[in-house]
Amino acid sequence: MIDALGEPQTVLVLGGTSEIALATIKQMPRQRLRRVLLAGRPSPALDIAVSQLQALNIAGVESIEFDAKNTDSHGAIIDAAFDVSDIDVVILAFGVLGDQLSAEADPSQAVEIATVNYTGAVSAGLHVARRLKNQGHGTLVVLSSVAGDRARRSNFVYGSTKAGLDAFAQGLDAALAGTGAHVLIVRPGMVRTKMTTHLPEAPMTTDPEDVAKVIVTALRKGKSTVYAPGPLRFVMAGLKVLPKQVFRKLPS
Amino acid sequence: MTATPLSNPQPLSGWGRVMTSVANFVPAHHAEEMSQYIRSAGSRGVLARGLGRSYGDAAQSGGATVFDMTTFNNFTLDPETMTVTADAGASIDSILREIVPLGFFVPVTAGTRLITVGGAIAADIHGKNHHLDGSFGAHVLEITLIDGLGDIRVLTPASPEFWATIGGMGLTGVIVSATFTVIPIQSSYISVDTERGKDLNDVMSRMVERDDEYKYSVAWIDSVATSGRGVITRGDHASLEECKLEGVANPHDYDPKKIATAPGLVPSGLLNRWSVRAFNEAWFRKHPAHREGELQGIGGFFHPLDGVQEWNRIYGPKGFLQYQFQVPDSAGYLVELALRKLREVGTLSFLTVLKRFGPSNEGMLSFPQPGWTLAVDIPAGIPALGRTLDELDALVAAEGGRLYLAKDSRQSPSMFARTYPRLDEWREIRDRLDPNHVFVSDQSRRLAI
Repeated sequence: MIDALGEPQTVLVLGGTSEIALATIKQMPRQRLRRVLLAGRPSPALDIAVSQLQALNIAGVESIEFDAKNTDSHGAIIDAAFDVSDIDVVILAFGVLGDQLSAEADPSQAVEIATVNYTGAVSAGLHVARRLKNQGHGTLVVLSSVAGDRARRSNFVYGSTKAGLDAFAQGLDAALAGTGAHVLIVRPGMVRTKMTTHLPEAPMTTDPEDVAKVIVTALRKGKSTVYAPGPLRFVMAGLKVLPKQVFRKLPS
Repeated sequence: MTATPLSNPQPLSGWGRVMTSVANFVPAHHAEEMSQYIRSAGSRGVLARGLGRSYGDAAQSGGATVFDMTTFNNFTLDPETMTVTADAGASIDSILREIVPLGFFVPVTAGTRLITVGGAIAADIHGKNHHLDGSFGAHVLEITLIDGLGDIRVLTPASPEFWATIGGMGLTGVIVSATFTVIPIQSSYISVDTERGKDLNDVMSRMVERDDEYKYSVAWIDSVATSGRGVITRGDHASLEECKLEGVANPHDYDPKKIATAPGLVPSGLLNRWSVRAFNEAWFRKHPAHREGELQGIGGFFHPLDGVQEWNRIYGPKGFLQYQFQVPDSAGYLVELALRKLREVGTLSFLTVLKRFGPSNEGMLSFPQPGWTLAVDIPAGIPALGRTLDELDALVAAEGGRLYLAKDSRQSPSMFARTYPRLDEWREIRDRLDPNHVFVSDQSRRLAI
């Protein structure tokens, strides 16, 4: 239960090495945190994430094994996490960017991106929603992307998975209305993370800490959709209605 | 596991309107039906809810079956034995309307009469007479309880199960009904003495000196003024003679009315430094420096806020919390310290209430202990509030004090465990009454009770 001062007790991150998710936990009010679960494929990066949070004196940090692509395993893993105690905030943070041109050349790569970003998220999201509904409270934070707002030549495989995920999350929020569970959709622009180091920087690029700040504020205010940075909402609203001929001429 | 759909999902929150969860909200009709629910309870459990006046998350339980006890509300007065036997959902309000004109009064009333008998027992409520008469549980003769196996038990003060249920926040079972004593009164009026204290020291020493001369005593503190000035109101039930002298025509009349309803949506901006300062100033000035023997009605003296329906909305859409702690006399300095720290962090409170407690009862999780108790309303959403309250918690705990579970919406599990030293004893009895832990609330999960 998130207490009267907005302090959560338990957080589950699906995609436990996500820089945005970890930055979010670091910025959360955490006097009352007693269980933080980082779910991901076993890796040194996951172990480092656990020890980073432990070093901040956050209680009850542990990793659990989770593979977005192995959708058959999702139900049991998520049930096990919820059976121990209620979970106040679940951050659905896994995802891959992939390489657009190689994915076009080798469709199996595109399938991989779609499986992780969309299929895996739909599976995990539905299992989490079932448990949040069952406990009558809690928020699922879905890391979407502005790339899903309008498909672009430069990253439409990734963008289409996020468009699908975003539509799914919107529908899930509607489905959860009145159950006490909520969905928060986060649409960041370009973020400086290990996912994007090789890419040229776009306008309004932010750091994971900036997105984290947006997420923590949105959680406190009970919002359902946020852009990061916030003004991107208006940029994207404009881009969405630009005529195709103009949109395609914009620098990628 | 699979989720079973709730037949009547309803968002529930406490009086502070800060935390909400959705539960299956079922009107309670009779004990056998409740037993059935308990026997077939799923993993989310069962909880009884009364009129929802606890401030935090004590009377809600996400995903659980929550009984709406207010539909279970009959009671009878036995004037011979001076007892009332009431269903748990009967409100103190409805009982007073019946028994006051007959010359009886409840042994203890909280600052609101809009609470149920079950809630009064579960929270072991206290009132303005705690320094003399103790809390509600001290006046209960018998409790009928449905335990965690769905079996009906009759508990008396001779059993530890009884004292685990007094103050047990509904976690030992569903209180179905109870018998408690009532007191005889000659009139429905209170003869009230009012005095102002120029600062907190003055208020506190006046209370220490003369509280014992009155059945009822409480002080309101100006939370904005740095002096901690306040108004002490003390009184006793007025005799027929006093009423006659004052020209009261119908000394038994009792008909409390709603005088107003707080507006549905109060913009946060209305509640600001200036409006709260103005209120506190006006409230202080409204009371004379000294006045004796003024006759006040029961509603005006005991339940001033009940005249304003849904007054909890004045703190705006973000809701509010109440910080109520108790410390022994030796730690009276914490009253001043708490007021100062809360003022520094920018809390704005209309009603800050100071009261002296008398001896505790045998309730293992009962809140009152001899000494001082201070209650402060705090609007939610003040930055740095959490840290300040945690600091105060540590000081309260170090002095052997504690927080009131019926008000709590934020303390840590370790603060709770540390300050309720009879918790383990209580847990043992709870495990006997409810071996499968069917009875859970959002608060019991939050505090790992």
